[in-house]
Amino acid sequence: MAERYIARGLEVAARMLGDEMMVMSTTDSTFFTLNAVATVIWEAADGRTPLSEIVAIKICKEFDVDQERAQRGADRFVDELSQHGILLVSEHPLVQSSTSPESR
Amino acid sequence: MTTTATVYGHAGESVPIEIGGMTIALRSHDRSFREQIAHRYSGFVGNTRLAQFEFDVDLYEPSEPAPADDGLKVRTEEGDWLLQRGDFRARWNPDARRGYIRQANNPYACDSLLRIVHTLILARQGGFLVHAASAIRGGKAFIFSGVSGAGKTTISRLAPPDVTLLTDEISYVRREGDQYLAFGTPFAGELGRVGENQSAPIAGFFLLGKGLQNRIEPVNPVEGIQRLLRNILFFAEDPALVKLIFQSACQFASSVPIERLVFFPDQRVWEFIR
Repeated sequence: MAERYIARGLEVAARMLGDEMMVMSTTDSTFFTLNAVATVIWEAADGRTPLSEIVAIKICKEFDVDQERAQRGADRFVDELSQHGILLVSEHPLVQSSTSPESR
Repeated sequence: MTTTATVYGHAGESVPIEIGGMTIALRSHDRSFREQIAHRYSGFVGNTRLAQFEFDVDLYEPSEPAPADDGLKVRTEEGDWLLQRGDFRARWNPDARRGYIRQANNPYACDSLLRIVHTLILARQGGFLVHAASAIRGGKAFIFSGVSGAGKTTISRLAPPDVTLLTDEISYVRREGDQYLAFGTPFAGELGRVGENQSAPIAGFFLLGKGLQNRIEPVNPVEGIQRLLRNILFFAEDPALVKLIFQSACQFASSVPIERLVFFPDQRVWEFIR
């Protein structure tokens, strides 16, 4: 699979509550609760860092999981959220689409 | 809250409806319509001089029953809000504080108009309308939320005499400083009676469920916010406002305890609500 870059969507509301991140699409009101691993990916989705690098540096090291398994999980997560516009995905950097998490 | 005192047109042709401390005047040349509105919103008729917004109402005779809110379209166009459903079409400019509605000659369109305008205003103030019964007891307000059939009307009907019912269907939540207040609304459910036009600080928000015994259960904060969001009324196709609603729900949940109230339908459930 080609390298993928991810950025947080523009029409999204998000808030951290305890150790969970709540994310809602403001266009279709789809609501997601992100676990600790997904939250790390969400926070690292700056549009510049390749997903594989996020997985290798943020996930594998912090959660002690092997690269292949972590990559599969990250790909599924990214695919699901991108269907609702919550994450933007591209084979090229997406710097201009990056937004800051709100009300952290 | 800042109140802007504005005198609109001929006071005698307006019916000022005050909900949540905000007055919206409905102006019509049709006397029988004004009487119908005044009767429907009895207890919520305010002072025309204190109206913050005014709508000119143009009536036509309906040929078919009013549709549900599902067919509603709410969007912005050149600074105006456009509200449209099968039985009415309205344009409202919040800055000019004026609007116009052409509607079927029945009170249902006004109900919908008032709900929409209030949700749009509240969204910018950190408040919301929510599918919920609410009541005041001992100077504190309690909200009972749930979808149709969850027990909003049942718990309202079971309320003892020292309880003031604010609504059995749509609750009005407004933020004032660090606290949230619940206000009575004229939007009645199966109980068929308008709420009392009173308010009090909100002490608890309950997600309703029916069971064999009365009990209050803790709710995971994320679930609480998600359930709250599901029950908040919002009609506009406007991502920025939806974002505000999300933030309001999170803020509300951090200030007001959200719990699950499982109840058996008899008066003893009110022993838990104090």
